[in-house]
Amino acid sequence: MIRVVLPAHLRTLAHVDGEVLLDVDGPVTLAAVLDALEARYPVLRGTIRDQITRQRRAFIRFFACEEDLSHEPPELALPAAVAAGEEPLLVVGAMAGG
Amino acid sequence: MAGVRVLVGTRKGAFILQSDERREHWEVGGPYFAGWEIYHLKGSPADPNRIYASQSSGWFGQLIQRSDDGGQTWTPVGNQFVYDGVPGTHQWYDGSPHPWEFARVWHLEPSLTDPNTVYAGVEDAAIFRSTDGGLSWHELSGLRGHGSGPHWQPGAGGLCLHTIIQHPTDRNRLTIAISAAGAFRTEDGGVHWRPINRGLRSREIPDTDAEVGHCVHHIAMHPARPDVLYMQKHWDVMRSDDGGDHWYEVSGNLPTDFGFVIDVHAHEPETIYVVPIKSDSEHFPLDGQLRVYRSRTGGHEWEALTNGLPQRDCYVNVLRDAMAVDSLDSCGVYFGTTGGQVYASADGGDTWQAIVRDLPPVLSVEVQTLR
Repeated sequence: MIRVVLPAHLRTLAHVDGEVLLDVDGPVTLAAVLDALEARYPVLRGTIRDQITRQRRAFIRFFACEEDLSHEPPELALPAAVAAGEEPLLVVGAMAGG
Repeated sequence: MAGVRVLVGTRKGAFILQSDERREHWEVGGPYFAGWEIYHLKGSPADPNRIYASQSSGWFGQLIQRSDDGGQTWTPVGNQFVYDGVPGTHQWYDGSPHPWEFARVWHLEPSLTDPNTVYAGVEDAAIFRSTDGGLSWHELSGLRGHGSGPHWQPGAGGLCLHTIIQHPTDRNRLTIAISAAGAFRTEDGGVHWRPINRGLRSREIPDTDAEVGHCVHHIAMHPARPDVLYMQKHWDVMRSDDGGDHWYEVSGNLPTDFGFVIDVHAHEPETIYVVPIKSDSEHFPLDGQLRVYRSRTGGHEWEALTNGLPQRDCYVNVLRDAMAVDSLDSCGVYFGTTGGQVYASADGGDTWQAIVRDLPPVLSVEVQTLR
């Protein structure tokens, strides 16, 4: 199972507590994890990435295993520890006022 | 028993204020969608339990929420706003071409007759319509496509379509306003549009009476007199007696004619309200005195309404969608401030009280009269 940690606003929107656990078929890429996340929680469509272009929203960041994956290609495989469920993928709202 | 529901959008959530017809004691509900910017909420005239809300965030984008029980529970509906065809460009602040990009929904205008039909005014300026209760949205692209779109430019708040007025009997006739492009009207349900800015003069553009480019802040109409429109422009309070074909200034004795809001009394089509703001560079009332100005003559002659409003050290603003009226026998007038106060008058503006004083900055105020 892939573990995903959402920011508080998106947990509220999706009515989830704590981590989200997802099954991902095939290679565990960022795009595949987000596809699975949006399939489980359609309300999140458009809140993390653009619904048409699939580009990450400007103030969203992706962290895992103490690395910033935000600027990696979405088809790149996530770290093995994330694929194995040992570490979560963190979806983070960028620090920017508010 | 009759009552009033005041829908308040703020920088950090929505609030619903409710009272009986006396409008003396209020229940404050919320925050709903805490932490999100709620640019606008509005109830359906055809079904007061149906309310639409625009929920947005710089981080997470746009959501539309819908309530079918008067705001007690909410359901996210469609949030895909895609411009029709190739979006093209408008002018950026420096005059250079800038691609049309969706930013947020500024204003939601439910149909007068069908609870499932609702219009959305968005930034970058365009109008969308949903006919399935907000599940899907489709642009009325004739507005951007009528020819002047590449010359539109954003106001300080962005290139926003913020006003949508429906004709009370002709559902094909809509009037909209954009900062800073001006006012436009369709008479065929949104297929074709034309600018209606004749008579407007703006010192901020090179051709002061150009067909487009005016920073219209808000327009109001009384449903009994749909050809009479009142406009608060960047500077100048304007009036049209022919549905916007021609405008003339009615600022009269206002101490400053800069401002954002304008609204019309529910039962007196010639009684209108504005909140004068000092200037385009100082967005607060003159001399620290919060004053609503009322004209009972459709403009030109204005009186200051101060009873119950702070008359010293007040430096708030009242944004363009933050004033509304109810339709009880004694017309109630409401407005919200960037300081978080929502003021109400149950007697047409003669006296005021603060319903709440410490909300986040208020972006919009709408009122539902419940019978």
